[in-house]
Amino acid sequence: MIVRILGEGQYRLEGDAVGRLNELDDRAQEALERDDEGELDRYLEEMASLVRRGGERLSDDDLSPSDVIVPPIDMTLAETKSFFSDEGLIPDVSP
Amino acid sequence: MGLMSRTSAVIKAWYSKLLDRSEDPETMLDYSYERQLELLQNVKKGIADVVTAKKRLELQTKKLETELPKLDEQARQALGANREDLARAALERKAFAQQQLQSLDQQIEDLAAQQAKLADSEKRLSAKVEAFRTQKETIKAQYSAAEAQVKIGEAATGIGEEMADTGLAIQRAQDKTEQMQARAAAVDELVDSGTLEDYTSSGTQLDRELAQISAQSQVDADLERLKGELAAGGQQKELEKETK
Repeated sequence: MIVRILGEGQYRLEGDAVGRLNELDDRAQEALERDDEGELDRYLEEMASLVRRGGERLSDDDLSPSDVIVPPIDMTLAETKSFFSDEGLIPDVSP
Repeated sequence: MGLMSRTSAVIKAWYSKLLDRSEDPETMLDYSYERQLELLQNVKKGIADVVTAKKRLELQTKKLETELPKLDEQARQALGANREDLARAALERKAFAQQQLQSLDQQIEDLAAQQAKLADSEKRLSAKVEAFRTQKETIKAQYSAAEAQVKIGEAATGIGEEMADTGLAIQRAQDKTEQMQARAAAVDELVDSGTLEDYTSSGTQLDRELAQISAQSQVDADLERLKGELAAGGQQKELEKETK
């Protein structure tokens, strides 16, 4: 499975780590629903470090699409909410 | 749905806008490539903007640092004139300036982090754009239209993700830079309007009084000096008389 951490790059992750990543992802989602910024940060940080430690970094010129994408780990709760809202944080870069 | 799926959905929504523009594979490839080059220019501009903002904060830091000894001197003069109230006011300004300095240090650090992130984004995106350019020519040359669609789909998704990722990094850096520019403008006003004089509403009056004390001690010092010179001159004349 290819995992992208936004702002960091892509990794190939296999085995038990995938299941663990999904568990942490569910916890992170719950933390967001509770507006618990501390827990959200903790789970996102844990997800990222799991991928960094257990995954194999893809080369920068690899054009493979990712299977899952981990949100940036340094967003505030407000930023995270805005990111998942309809308009999102990502601007239209058209000139 | 977990956060990862939601994130993928946001990213996909963003880059699928880029893919839906054309049905002709060749046009689509060229179009996507153009957008990639534009985005690379945007990252470079984003880095330049962060560097400019950081320089401005560094300049402010220097300005504030030169204010500190001045305020110390004002406080000393005020105390010398038995005006503890004024000395206290000058020291309060000094404390305020020191707080600003600490906050500036933090902001400069934040901007340096944004700069590093954007530089990383640029590096990753350029590598992918180059790979895409090569693959685009291969696809055009070697595949039939139907096969090309599949290949293009894969490559475009891979690079679309990177583009969305870069776009997000640019946006976040811009937001941070704008916030800091606004704060920097506020501090600039404080510094430029005199020795942080808008800090208290009585600032102007305070400055006048401090300036008066400063002028007074300058006058006193000059008087002492002149008296000393006169006295020395008198003694010299006495000596000259005696030797004659």
